Amino acid sequence: MKRFAELLELLALTPSRNRKIAALSTYFREVPDPDRGYALAILTGALSFKNVKPALLREVVLDEVDPTLFGMSYDYVGDLGETIALIWPHQDEAEELPSLSKLIDLLDTTPKAQLPQLIAGLLTRPSINERWALVKLATGALRIGISARLAKTALADMGGKDLQDIEEVWHGLAPPYIDLFAWLEDRGSRPDIDHTARFHPLMLSNPIDEAKDLAQLDPADFAAEWKWDGIRVQLILGNGRASLFSRTGDDVAAAFPDIVDNTFGNAVLDGELLVGADRTPSTFNDLQQRLNRKVATQRHLAEHPAFIRVYDMLFDGDDDIRTLPWAERRARLSDWLQNNPQSRLDLSEVITFDSWDTLARIRRQGADEHGHEGVMLKLKSSPYVPGRPKGLWFKWKRDPNVLDAILMYAQRGHGKRSSYYSDYTFGVWKGNEIVPIGKAYFGFTDEELRRLDKWVRANTTQAFGPVREVRKELVFEVAFDSAQSSQRHKSGVALRFPRINRIRWDKPAVEAATLSDVQAFIPAT
Amino acid sequence: MAAPFLERNLRITPIDTFIDPPQPRDRAIITHGHADHARSGHGSVLATPDTIAIMKTRYGETCAGSFQALDYGEPLQIGPVTVTLFPAGHILGSAQVLMEHRGQRIVVTGDYKRLDDRTAQPFELVRCDLLVTEATFGLPVFQHPDPAIETARLLRSRAHQPDRSHVIGCYALGKAQRMISLIREAGYDAPIYLHGAMVRLCDLYEQRGVPLGELRPATGTSKAELTGQIIIAPPSALKDRWSRRLADPVLAMASGWMSVKQRARQSLVELPLIISDHCDWNELNQTISDCGAERIWVTHGREDALVYHCQSQGLIAEPLSIQAYEDGPEDDEGDGG
Repeated sequence: MKRFAELLELLALTPSRNRKIAALSTYFREVPDPDRGYALAILTGALSFKNVKPALLREVVLDEVDPTLFGMSYDYVGDLGETIALIWPHQDEAEELPSLSKLIDLLDTTPKAQLPQLIAGLLTRPSINERWALVKLATGALRIGISARLAKTALADMGGKDLQDIEEVWHGLAPPYIDLFAWLEDRGSRPDIDHTARFHPLMLSNPIDEAKDLAQLDPADFAAEWKWDGIRVQLILGNGRASLFSRTGDDVAAAFPDIVDNTFGNAVLDGELLVGADRTPSTFNDLQQRLNRKVATQRHLAEHPAFIRVYDMLFDGDDDIRTLPWAERRARLSDWLQNNPQSRLDLSEVITFDSWDTLARIRRQGADEHGHEGVMLKLKSSPYVPGRPKGLWFKWKRDPNVLDAILMYAQRGHGKRSSYYSDYTFGVWKGNEIVPIGKAYFGFTDEELRRLDKWVRANTTQAFGPVREVRKELVFEVAFDSAQSSQRHKSGVALRFPRINRIRWDKPAVEAATLSDVQAFIPAT
Repeated sequence: MAAPFLERNLRITPIDTFIDPPQPRDRAIITHGHADHARSGHGSVLATPDTIAIMKTRYGETCAGSFQALDYGEPLQIGPVTVTLFPAGHILGSAQVLMEHRGQRIVVTGDYKRLDDRTAQPFELVRCDLLVTEATFGLPVFQHPDPAIETARLLRSRAHQPDRSHVIGCYALGKAQRMISLIREAGYDAPIYLHGAMVRLCDLYEQRGVPLGELRPATGTSKAELTGQIIIAPPSALKDRWSRRLADPVLAMASGWMSVKQRARQSLVELPLIISDHCDWNELNQTISDCGAERIWVTHGREDALVYHCQSQGLIAEPLSIQAYEDGPEDDEGDGG
């Protein structure tokens, strides 16, 4: 465990990406199975415990530490895991923790009733750094700024393999990845996986730079589709029940039985999951209702039936067609759907256009009349390349909506921004009062954050724990993708994807927007 | 207990004298030389000989109208009040102020710590009725480790990465000299390089009997010579162009704040060294309980938590909120930590 704790600390504190990768590959080279495999699982977020959750750790700590003092400390530190590691009474004589695999086994197999005692014992033994790593491991929230991608890059580096090959086999593997390491060390063959039932990494797009890209691209080389406001999914149809994965490879079949029970055929499809009766897409808010549940209820199934608007095909039967150009894949998809017509799938239409100007007009019209997020541009000759390859697929989002709102409350951030007031609630005028319409915590630079933090501290009127109410004087220009009516918010509106576009240090609050200005953004439907 | 003869802004009522006043005053008692306690422009200043020497070095010979030196443990009668200074263990010359008047004993700790430090006179516990304590690290998450462990981490990191320089961000007064002394104590006797802002105060420490070993200026020294070396610089220099002259430096920082890894990450510190010149939570509480005071005033830092904790122990405790002293990223560098 000591070695893993050192690795975590180095990853958390080393700014250099190359040094992180070097440290990871050294670790994977030097640490034996199965410990290194469990470390990999922790770093990629592939490990979780049935009974060990942040709430349990909190409970163990509050048994030892005064809750008020714990609360004050958490507000200050801004990271639950770190607060626990630091606040637990330190011992002079530290003892080393058991190995990673032994620890994981303990956390996995100890009966629920004995877990608090086990955890308290483990917290008491080690040095502070190991305690920190232990809490991170147990809560599953590392928050040290490393991605699964970085860990895989280190694996590729270690084994002299292609990153893409690792991505390919990744989703069929499970901790502690004995076969994977055997392959990386040329002691075993590439892990063989049943192609039909596993997730294939998705092809993603890049945002288009209107000024730079459009001038260089020939509209005749590209196809356009609407950018749907749902969630990207991969549907795998074959023998038995269909599999449904989110963009990141999470299995989401349980939340969408209406899809997996009502689709059939033999193919791997890429598309957008949407909800709405008669395959008419409803709002993202409605979809959210279903996403929030692990298992769908009858009411949700009836009120917000799901369907998939498909736009690409990876496997046609057992045929891997990812190397074919987009135009051919699209033709195969269209044929396949005609031969396998079904109620929960339809085809995303291709938009015809002859110039970028025409498409820009269509895009604007789609945004105004139907609330479309924008359009996707796909190079007709592009193969299906997992990851985010440059120059093949583009998203061309419609210009964001903006409005001027007034800062009302600020809350201390977490993680990288702990100790800064970085989460902002803003509102608009409703008569003579200001009602909150949303929250944003990005869209500003570090420099602006420092200035905002200072402003908040200097203009606080009331503090409620980590939240401060401020003088209603600072105006934000807030950008957002769309507005919807919402019963969850007091103002009756909800903004989709709000972010701070500009801080209007100059603008008086009286000139900020009113609630009816905001309501005007809600599409009529 | 009778009403205290000390006011909440640390004015000693019977003799119209302030302790560590933030504004210029006719009469001031200064606990130690850090800028948030020792300011220039007072009429007459009473302090330890070391603190007076530090003030003169930092602000010039004429930074106060007159100086009166008072050695530790020597009672001084000022009108009806007896004032005695006791070592606070914070930095060279740092003092706690004991005031006695009509049988009432009040101690103002100034900044203090109770861990060993070869560069400061060791803390002495003073019993009193009212304790005015600092609370820089007044949250239970602050439990400082043995500085020898932290110094060993530094030397290990240096040994593992011989082709990089190690720059340690240290407050120029106190922390820099303590860091150097800790490195010497760990057996490292190669030259240590100094940022220009460190030189005068290191010289002063040596003159006043604190050995620091061979020190060389970093400014004007070639990149090649600095490779693999230890360099002491003010925290502000870490982020500055100054550190770019070094070969791929490891940025280290010696401060009690460094226990919070997220903080270290924010300031891009690769090697946080938890070395503090203040009491941690346990030392604060130990002092409060050992000094026997029934009333506690808390100042400078996270006052809320310590006040709450004292109250739950049955003590009378209040925050002083002397200045608009706010926790936050900005202060982390202001006061040595």
